[in-house]
Amino acid sequence: MAPDDAGQGTPGTLRGTSAREARVHDQGRGGARRGSGGGGGGLVGGGGPQVPEADFRSYYGRPILKAPVWEWDIPAYLFTGGLAGGSSLLAAGASVTGRDDLRRATRSAALVGIGASTYFLINDLGRPERFYNMLRIVRVTSPMSVGTWILSVYGPAAGAAAAAELAPLLPERGVLGLARRLAGPVGSLAGWAAAATAPALATYTAVLLADTAAPAWHDAHRLLPFVFGGSALASGGGVGMLAAPLAQAGPARRMAVAGAAVELVAERLVETRLGLSSEAFHEDAPRRKLRASQALTVAGAVGAVLGRRSRVVSALSGLALLSGSALTRFGVFDAGVASTKDPRYVVVPQRERVRRGEPVRA
Amino acid sequence: MVSPTSFFGPLDPAPDAGWTEQPQPRKGFFTDTSVCIGCKACEVACKEWNAVPEDGLDLLGMSYDNTGMLGADSWRHVAFIEQPRPLGRGSAPFAGTPTGPSGTDVADAVTAAGVDALADASRIGSAQPGGFPVVDRAAERVREAGGQQFLGMPGTELPGRSAEGVGRSDVRWLMASDVCKHCTHAACLDVCPTGALFRTEFGTVVVQEDVCNGCGYCVSACPYGVIDKREGDGRAWKCTLCYDRIGDGGTPACAKACPTESIQYGDVDELRERAARRVEQLHAAGVEEARLYGHDPHDGVGGDGAFFLLLDEPEVYGLPPDPVVTTRDLGSMWKHAGMAAVGMLGVALAVFAGGGS
Repeated sequence: MAPDDAGQGTPGTLRGTSAREARVHDQGRGGARRGSGGGGGGLVGGGGPQVPEADFRSYYGRPILKAPVWEWDIPAYLFTGGLAGGSSLLAAGASVTGRDDLRRATRSAALVGIGASTYFLINDLGRPERFYNMLRIVRVTSPMSVGTWILSVYGPAAGAAAAAELAPLLPERGVLGLARRLAGPVGSLAGWAAAATAPALATYTAVLLADTAAPAWHDAHRLLPFVFGGSALASGGGVGMLAAPLAQAGPARRMAVAGAAVELVAERLVETRLGLSSEAFHEDAPRRKLRASQALTVAGAVGAVLGRRSRVVSALSGLALLSGSALTRFGVFDAGVASTKDPRYVVVPQRERVRRGEPVRA
Repeated sequence: MVSPTSFFGPLDPAPDAGWTEQPQPRKGFFTDTSVCIGCKACEVACKEWNAVPEDGLDLLGMSYDNTGMLGADSWRHVAFIEQPRPLGRGSAPFAGTPTGPSGTDVADAVTAAGVDALADASRIGSAQPGGFPVVDRAAERVREAGGQQFLGMPGTELPGRSAEGVGRSDVRWLMASDVCKHCTHAACLDVCPTGALFRTEFGTVVVQEDVCNGCGYCVSACPYGVIDKREGDGRAWKCTLCYDRIGDGGTPACAKACPTESIQYGDVDELRERAARRVEQLHAAGVEEARLYGHDPHDGVGGDGAFFLLLDEPEVYGLPPDPVVTTRDLGSMWKHAGMAAVGMLGVALAVFAGGGS
């Protein structure tokens, strides 16, 4: 490849404009083109590592990748699925340790969560009436296919476990009486099946986002499962704190704190360790949501510890954890979208590889 | 069939997908952009043959491109790129032509006169209500700017040689007809949860519109930003390499319509040889910037079924410089998800251990 100095600067290169623009500083590299030419790197917000200055060229600043066609249904589906997963884990433990109120609350939440999750997933399809085509094949390279089957196993199990909670409403005699007596063991069995698939349900969604060309998602593929897994535990714990009496909510509080800690650490790494892709998490829309998510998650975790003797504080903390968990999904989602809209996230790292003489080769 | 190269590396895609009886040679495109004239015959022929809906004809306010990028309703896209360059690279026949940036006298005069050129342009053309012939308006403008009388005829001098050498730009045009790459490792196909996307016996990648349920996963998976969801239809669409035509021994519509053989259709093996010869030829002629893109079976997507000869860096044409199929890292993704899942189970066990409140 011959170097090509002529034609420098055109087609013009455009930068995603954001508040970061103001923080961009020259690192003594004269001649970095700005304005109409030249993208610039800059400080990663929040005092993270510096991304080197990067000049890049593009086709009139137009994006290279297609922005995801997914609407807000998809982050909502990620959140409700995680919520269901965290709740089922708590429900299984609650049924073993005889915490009846906690079990009832979390089994119900799991069913509501997975119901909502399935609705959001189908609603976001271009042809919702064809949702069953997902059941034509099993494809390990498609996290959505894998997820469909996880959902197919988990959904009925969570549904049966929640349905078993209705047993006390049945008469004590006759066929229905038999159903009433069987509800306990059947519910336990279903609850165990749901708990066994719950971690897969909560973490496969991270692979779903990572297995794309969106730089911010793909580059986070080692960390996203921990962000989503932690977030799922935090939201499950939040449900327990919100709906169960203080005396039974101990495991929920501990789960919430552990989940929140994992989520916050993994998210911090995502925001600082991915080079240029980390910058996508500092673009306006994702940054606002992620900051709010972190504040709510921290508040919820602190409330879980300090407010363990107050029903009101526990409930409020549970709500904060749930909101934080939802905002995490929306923030991560927005970051991926942002990284597809600005060609810099695609061109700069790839061009750097080529410049270093290390293009990807098999 | 899963083999070590199923996710990454060189591979013959059709046999790998199970087409082992009556094997066909892999088919593809070699698009030689050095002879593209930007006529858009490929775009038109593709839309005609495949009944692809119209999706807007407005200029985008950049070069002469009114398509923008590939999408559900554009399966061929001709990119137009203007670059300031000395005419004829400053070689002997062009000695004496002015170099440097364009003159802006006319534009300045128009602006100074308070004329909104864009608003004016919108009324140009005698077919517009209240419109007027272009020539009249151009003549008026030239007179206002103190130029010669405008006769509406092209000059006889070489560009920039006339007395009014100003207003001339050194410009080089690049045109390139972009298309779906029909990757060896096609992320769109790998992530499709319904099996709507499949590998044909020709090694190409095609969407079955009667199966697609519009989940949109392929759109986010494509490292080239090719496939997209059609507005109002909900399903994903892209180039099929004219599966219907080539199945009948024919040539895809775009290649058939290309007047300069910029788009060449054939067996990928043969096209790769042809492309290598063409690059050598151009290098020998002093066009050092000629390079191939997507021809290498060892690249991040295992080589493209539709590859290109370019005259500048790929990103200048809106192509990613060094794309990698996202599924290369799938093993690592599932592994980390597994670790996180096991961790969740561990936390669940731990919070109930000890039997406290």
